[in-house]
Amino acid sequence: MKNIIEIKDLHFYYEPNDGDPLPEDVLKGVYLKIKEGEFVAILGHNGCGKSTLAKHLNGILVPTDGKVIVDGIDTSDESKLFELRQTAGMVFQNPDNQIVSSIVEEDVAFALENLGVPYEEMRKRVDDALKAVNMYEYRMHSPSQLSGGQKQRVAIAGVIAMQPKCIILDEPTAMLDPQGRKEVLAAIHRMNREMGITIVLITHYMDEAAACDRVVVMDKGDIVLDDVPEKVFSKVEKLKEIGLDVPQVTELAWELRKAGYDISPEIITEEECVEAIQKLFS
Amino acid sequence: MAILETQELTYTYSIGSPFEKTAVDHVSLKIEEGQMIGVMGHTGSGKSTLIQHFNGLLRPTSGKILLDGKDIWEDKNNIRNVRFQVGLVFQYPEYQIFEETVYKDIAFGPKNMGLDDNEIKRRVLETANDIGLSEELMERSPFDLSGGQKRRVAIAGVMAMEPKVLILDEPTAGLDPAGRDKILEHIKKYHERTKNTILIVSHSMEDIASFADKILVMNKAKLFCYDDTVNVFARADEISKIGLDVPQITKVFGELKKRGLDFGKEVFTVGYAKDLLIRRLKEREVR
Repeated sequence: MKNIIEIKDLHFYYEPNDGDPLPEDVLKGVYLKIKEGEFVAILGHNGCGKSTLAKHLNGILVPTDGKVIVDGIDTSDESKLFELRQTAGMVFQNPDNQIVSSIVEEDVAFALENLGVPYEEMRKRVDDALKAVNMYEYRMHSPSQLSGGQKQRVAIAGVIAMQPKCIILDEPTAMLDPQGRKEVLAAIHRMNREMGITIVLITHYMDEAAACDRVVVMDKGDIVLDDVPEKVFSKVEKLKEIGLDVPQVTELAWELRKAGYDISPEIITEEECVEAIQKLFS
Repeated sequence: MAILETQELTYTYSIGSPFEKTAVDHVSLKIEEGQMIGVMGHTGSGKSTLIQHFNGLLRPTSGKILLDGKDIWEDKNNIRNVRFQVGLVFQYPEYQIFEETVYKDIAFGPKNMGLDDNEIKRRVLETANDIGLSEELMERSPFDLSGGQKRRVAIAGVMAMEPKVLILDEPTAGLDPAGRDKILEHIKKYHERTKNTILIVSHSMEDIASFADKILVMNKAKLFCYDDTVNVFARADEISKIGLDVPQITKVFGELKKRGLDFGKEVFTVGYAKDLLIRRLKEREVR
């Protein structure tokens, strides 16, 4: 599989006001490659640079130094900005800030209208996108009548309608209740599985990260861990040190191991934990 | 005696319009003084409508709400006083910060209560200490602080009024795990000092497990249950059926029970699970 995202020695700082000294780098030489079709979670505490990194993936920010290549496009190349934004779509935390129309299907069609997509094709893409997130039956509703999770799925449909190769989601479930979270995550996993869209999911929820192919952990502007979830979460001490959690089942296994019991440090699901405990008592 | 009591409390929105909806339906409960209570319920369950009755922001369509045994709507002119005694911190309270300095922002509530300067100062500094804001920050603009700090300033502003009942609506929403733990710890610290009653709305049963004496669960406008934390966790299955999140560890022990490995206890924290398992494993070794 080819790399859809390639980040090389990415440095970034926010431009200071006139006369202020140069600030410290928010990103300090990040290297990251993501393959087409991968589902990657990015973890890190507030202020570690993960949202700044995400904003580099569709050119909202451009590197102070280093390179970000998305599907062959150099994000610093302003002439390719439109192409870039169609390749890499972005979904943010607050659903209320992302909805622009008073009818659901118009909201999903908004970007397509701007691009001048012909009517027939637009109709099809909007319908398909709404079906993909299970919101088709709400197409004529006003977004104001929807729950947070439903609004967030409409925002995701708006991105899918652009037929991007890659979607970056910055804490899309942070403001949702458990039910809304489940709905949105199911939609994201389906896009990855059925449409092969590459997903970069920024999250504070360890269970969301545990369900991804790969977990990247950031701290102080750089990547400190990058592996499959089992391996990343087995580094319990390291994660706690940088202010992150591990799933409860991983923590329990780690505690039991510390107490001298023979249990795998790479437990991340409830099923694995149940089986491991059964084994201890067999 | 109960500090807060509701009797058949009912609230219906938009009566007579096509959008008429009963958000709280005959809820009766008694909240004892000095407890920490977790409040749960999914979006639309009526929990926000319910808590807005506790300090008189909403007036019941029918039923009563009693503070210290007294109907808060008996005398309408008394409502301002009720709001001093029951403090409500909304979701994302940092959006409500407006003063020039942290000190002034925290002092705003106490000042409105007509307290003298010395008392205001004592309250501002004590609550700032509880919530983990250092004295150097007091003269800074709240707008220069980090998101987590701003939220703590906003919470301190309500705490400084020293309400008998403090209600916080999702105080940890949007924070990272470290920020989440910190806020809850600071609220616990305030609770230890003041012994006041505290209600915290949260979607996370894991968070609730770490502080709550009792848990109040709302579902479809009705009181689903209001009971000791242990007893509520014993109903984990029902609770996940009404769309709420049960801690992973509770689910694991539920599944173990189904498979014949019954530990006889409800488990909702990792620390407890660890101690329980190690104790049982040691007992086996002895045998």
